[in-house]
Amino acid sequence: MLNSFWNWFVIIISVGSILACWWLLHWTKGVSDRSDDDDGSTGHVWDEDLRELNTPLPRWWLHLFNITIVFALVYLALFPGLGNFAGIKSWTQVDQYNAEVAAAEQVQEQIFARFADMDGNALMADAEAMETAGRLFGNNCAMCHGSDGRGAKGFPNLADNDWQWGGSHEDILTTLNAGRMAVMPPHDAILGEDGIREMVAYVQQLSGQKADAELAAAGKSRFMVCAACHGAEGKGNQLLGAPNLTDDIWLYGGNPGDIEYTLLNGRNGVMPAFNQLSEMHRKLLAAYVKSLSGS
Amino acid sequence: MTYNDKVVRQFVVMTVIWGIVGMLVGVIIAAQLWLPALNFDLPWLTYSRLRPLHTNAVIFAFGGSALIGTSFYVVQRTCHVRLFAGGLASFVFWGWQLVILAAAISLPMGWTQGKEYAELEWPIDILITVVWVAYAIVFFGTVIKRRVSHIYVANWFYAAFIITIALLHIVNNLSLPITMTKSYPVYTGAVDAMVQWWYGHNAVGFFLTAGFLAMMYYFVPKQAEGPVYSYRLSIVHFWALISIYMWAGPHHLHYTALPDWVQSLGMVFSLILLAPSWGGMINGVMTLSGHWHKLRTDPVLKFMIVALSFYGMSTFEGPMMSIKTVNALSHYTDWTIGHVHSGALGWVAMMTIGSLYSLTPRLMGQKVMYSVKAVDAHFWIATIGIVLYIASMWIAGVMQGLMWRAFNDDGTLTYTFIETIAATKPYYVIRLLGGTLFLAGMFIMAWNTFKTLAQSKAPEFKAAEPAIWGEHA
Repeated sequence: MLNSFWNWFVIIISVGSILACWWLLHWTKGVSDRSDDDDGSTGHVWDEDLRELNTPLPRWWLHLFNITIVFALVYLALFPGLGNFAGIKSWTQVDQYNAEVAAAEQVQEQIFARFADMDGNALMADAEAMETAGRLFGNNCAMCHGSDGRGAKGFPNLADNDWQWGGSHEDILTTLNAGRMAVMPPHDAILGEDGIREMVAYVQQLSGQKADAELAAAGKSRFMVCAACHGAEGKGNQLLGAPNLTDDIWLYGGNPGDIEYTLLNGRNGVMPAFNQLSEMHRKLLAAYVKSLSGS
Repeated sequence: MTYNDKVVRQFVVMTVIWGIVGMLVGVIIAAQLWLPALNFDLPWLTYSRLRPLHTNAVIFAFGGSALIGTSFYVVQRTCHVRLFAGGLASFVFWGWQLVILAAAISLPMGWTQGKEYAELEWPIDILITVVWVAYAIVFFGTVIKRRVSHIYVANWFYAAFIITIALLHIVNNLSLPITMTKSYPVYTGAVDAMVQWWYGHNAVGFFLTAGFLAMMYYFVPKQAEGPVYSYRLSIVHFWALISIYMWAGPHHLHYTALPDWVQSLGMVFSLILLAPSWGGMINGVMTLSGHWHKLRTDPVLKFMIVALSFYGMSTFEGPMMSIKTVNALSHYTDWTIGHVHSGALGWVAMMTIGSLYSLTPRLMGQKVMYSVKAVDAHFWIATIGIVLYIASMWIAGVMQGLMWRAFNDDGTLTYTFIETIAATKPYYVIRLLGGTLFLAGMFIMAWNTFKTLAQSKAPEFKAAEPAIWGEHA
């Protein structure tokens, strides 16, 4: 709300400017034929040959100008514009937004009512539910996980059956509700240069890649450091978001360079919470994500 | 007494060079929208850094050099007197080039205030202010010592442009410096946004409109060899234009945190702006009326009539886009880009090119450019380029607006964002083609300008005799 000084300042200067245009048009009509030369010019000559005629304002143009002035005054009477005056229609953009959202929600409610009592499996089997969920995925998840859910380097593939944080409907829902933070700390200090080289070889070997057996054996003897999160056998721990190292699925790449980078610099995986989406939307998404892996 | 044309020639040459540079950067970023990999993963080649370089180069380097250069020519010719303070005029030239050089370095470095068309950081802003004040002293000094009774209409528009740009530049760039390359605006939130778009839209209104109308009011009657259509119309549309433009900024912030009443005022004043804008178009087009046969032989006039047509078209389109309902569709889409370029290429660049093709031979005491055929070829290449550019962006923009707002009964969006980008891709390719054609035309112009200037030594021109018209109003 403007205080009364600024309120009247806005009103007077706005209406005044509009009326000044009208006055300008009126005034020039009144002083039409002053001191024209016989040739219809003003008699002034610049730069040897620059002259001006004094042709009257085109009528259609005058009408156009007047129409816009009338429109402006009518619009400002109907809609907010003149300071604190709300306008006869009392329109606001917030009301318009709320009305449109309310109308859309009424339609949505009927659609979502059917899903209310369905569990994850029932939703996965419901074609209509999966269509809606697929579009939610496209607009909320696809920017990181890809439109087909297959992820990218640093962003988990949701279409395989490997789960960093658990793959039950409830686990996925927890991921969506609260988000996840996975921390792989840097190990350069604890392992040292040789240790890193040995560990790279061992991690390669764990995943079934070819690796220098001697180095890998030395790496295995140091694996205690890693076992705290990845488990003694390297099979990972879904409670901590620690990936399984014995399969050939790689979040940050599986070639020796990638593994070395991960060991030297660590990795931070962040899945944000999606609680800006409604509970129903999250439930649908959890079912959809599970359906992607074909389980 | 002779005229000072050296500084004019310098600005003419730099206008063409900066035109090529600015449009080349535009073509590069248009290509990046088609193939993002074209930034080669180099930070200073990324779209986000080159885009402000493009806008600053075409507006302030190309447009600015054209405006300052032609104003120095026009103010002398229509005041019948040599330019005031020749040394200061040289300072304006070299100072302005220094500003451009600083922009060309600092923007790719990523030093930015983050305000559209006002990205340059505070040390450069101070340099701009100094150069601009010097420019104002030279221009108004010349007007004051004029040897004619009346100030010619072109000079009103140049004057409004110079005064208003000073005001806009200073108010919008008030900020607190933190380091040499970083500052924060003194305004916050919606107020900052409003000040920015008050600046932004008046940069369009006074830099890109009033300044180029000044060019039009001198070069169109000169080239057509006929009188200006209506003195009276020029008075009415001048005062209406400069008073109404000031209000139009809020239409850039429809449906945002800006209070409703400010948005409404921005919209109604944008609509009122239609008639004052068209006043300028009518005066230009009707000045050409009666000389239509010259269009057959003089491609320079073709540039001017097409420029005026695009001016009329984009000043109709602008008020329509300011209507909230239309804006809800057009905002944030490529329609805006199309609209801007119908003004920037169609009006600003075509009028500049036409005026320079009229001015350059005059500076050499010649009647026409070295090659009139090349002027004609430039005209057609540029016109086809603009049509491709604008038409593709119209289609792309309306399509994006419709795709973004489409939603299903379940409340989900019908299209993902990536689908709208994929759908836009073919139009980005057409736009790139249009932009490339326009750039190609500039190379023809550079060759023709070089040939025209290199023909002989530039002559000195004697100032016109004083002209006093007695009691005529």
